[in-house]
Amino acid sequence: MENGGLMHTLAFFLLSGITLAAAMGVVFKRNLVHSAFLLSVTFLGVAGLYMTLQAEFMAAVQALVYSGAVAVLVVIGVMLTHRQQMSRSNPPNKMLLVGALAALSVVGAIVWAILATPWKVGKGSVVTAGDIGRRFLTDFAPPFEAVALLLLAALIGAVVLFKGGKAQS
Amino acid sequence: MNFDALMLEMAVALLALLILVADLLMEPGQSRRKLGYLAIAGLTGLLLVSLGRYGMQGAFFNGLFLQDDYALFFKQTFLIGAILVCLFSLDTVDNLPHSRAEFYVLLLFAVVGMMILASANDLITLYVGIELMTFSFFILVGYVLCETKSTEAAIKYLVLASAASAVMLYGMSLLFGIAGQLSYNALAKGLTASPALIVGGVMVLSGFAFKIAAPPFHMWAPDVYEGAPIPVTALLAMGSKAAGFAAMVRIFAEVFPGTGYPWPLLLLLLSGAAMLVGNLAAIPQTNLKRMLAYSSVAQAGYLLTGMLSGGFAGVKGVLFYLMIYVFANVGAFAVLTAVSRHRNGETIGDIAGLSRKAPVLAVVMTVSLLSMAGIPPLAGFVGKFFLFSSAIDAGYLWIAVLGFVLSMVSVYYYLNVVKSMYLGAPADDRPFEIAMPVRVTAVFAMAATLAMGVYPGPLSQLAETAAKTVFK
Repeated sequence: MENGGLMHTLAFFLLSGITLAAAMGVVFKRNLVHSAFLLSVTFLGVAGLYMTLQAEFMAAVQALVYSGAVAVLVVIGVMLTHRQQMSRSNPPNKMLLVGALAALSVVGAIVWAILATPWKVGKGSVVTAGDIGRRFLTDFAPPFEAVALLLLAALIGAVVLFKGGKAQS
Repeated sequence: MNFDALMLEMAVALLALLILVADLLMEPGQSRRKLGYLAIAGLTGLLLVSLGRYGMQGAFFNGLFLQDDYALFFKQTFLIGAILVCLFSLDTVDNLPHSRAEFYVLLLFAVVGMMILASANDLITLYVGIELMTFSFFILVGYVLCETKSTEAAIKYLVLASAASAVMLYGMSLLFGIAGQLSYNALAKGLTASPALIVGGVMVLSGFAFKIAAPPFHMWAPDVYEGAPIPVTALLAMGSKAAGFAAMVRIFAEVFPGTGYPWPLLLLLLSGAAMLVGNLAAIPQTNLKRMLAYSSVAQAGYLLTGMLSGGFAGVKGVLFYLMIYVFANVGAFAVLTAVSRHRNGETIGDIAGLSRKAPVLAVVMTVSLLSMAGIPPLAGFVGKFFLFSSAIDAGYLWIAVLGFVLSMVSVYYYLNVVKSMYLGAPADDRPFEIAMPVRVTAVFAMAATLAMGVYPGPLSQLAETAAKTVFK
């Protein structure tokens, strides 16, 4: 697909539309399970956007990890937690107007910034998984290893919190 | 590949893993106090090793991770803070219902995150450092799951910190979009004046303001400080704040000055708001942890005045003040640990009459609080002197005047606690037991606060050397 071509533009708007509509659904659906599945659609939409940016590896990771694993985990988490009735598990709150105003003003600021800034758009090059891996283990080795520690901390944390919950009941 | 630049981080991470493995080899019911001593011994050893590392300049690959005196000074601040927190948390950890060894492990992981923040010289390393520190804190804050307050604090911290991270990450993506590069050196050259730079810069600044608890991003602090176990609150107050400043000062010194926007104006607003909100909201607090939370908001305001000048004199003040804030903080929270142990509460009524039951602790608390207020001859006075004089030299007279007036206001609520300790009647007649490590920590913190107030020369020299590596 050529950058800036008709198909490219069309794909961008289509995928953005799907992503945004699904994201709205995540917030507004009353049933938490519906929200969780729509979250998966949002992730897939983002994966599609990565494809249009020629970031195939990112798109694959997005689809596998987020849409595949994270969304499923959210659904399982919802199913395992205690609740009365699923159809009212994601209730709206009374801050709708204030929230909408705040969100709109933030969106306004960002849109203004993006439209008014002259971006330097390059040709771009295809980044392969190999390139990413090489940079992980050279330039970006410290943050890469730090992320490994972060995952270990999260794992330990999950066990700690689980034990705490068990001691409580 | 220069592994020497990463030496301290790797050593702390290895120490954490060692404790994790040693815990598995111990009997399930056995006390984990030995592991606490192991953590303290390991960190102390590293602190001694790090003393000999001044003047070493280095970078791990293409300058994305720096080793310099500035980062080293911050790493020593974190190490000292972590050693003292481990020391006075030994008994708190012994009384935890479960997962005692993991407490030290997560604490060390948080320290690794802070150290990475001090050395980070590109946006990715910066973000990962922040997340490593914050993730460890999520769990530490909610460690005592059977206490509703602790759980509530953890959830609040999780949701708000995630939102702050998201905002900061979006800001970074805008900066990256303008410059097309991630390292600070390249950003400094590549960032051109544009609306996206304003929005991106403000978003990154908001993320930092959340970490250092400056208004309007301070709302999490009182609730989280109140709910978290006391040692965690202490580390959150000094470590998280110091790490936030470490990264913020570097990015504001290296990236933003050349972009042509008046960033000091934003810092000025943040600083004024922090001093006003922190000091005024602290007055009506009766829970001491909440009071110290608002007081730490005010401290962030004082520290921000040091960044206004954009020169090394102010940064020297920031470094000096953060180091002495560690000691004042540890003193206050160590005493609070003992009081909370005895009374099972942390209100101003619980501390009443402390001077009769534990005169040493009452003195430590008094010294720590007065140092935070900036009363001479304590260390806090010298720190505030450096900060405010750098702001005045840079032409920001009014913020220094505001800081001075509000410091006087802060004396009121600090002295309120002192009054309760010395004049109030004790709430019970039970004998007051102080664990040895808590006593040692408290007295050490007080001695350091006094010593650095009377003889600030060596530390201020060290801070000056460190500040000069950022402002060449």
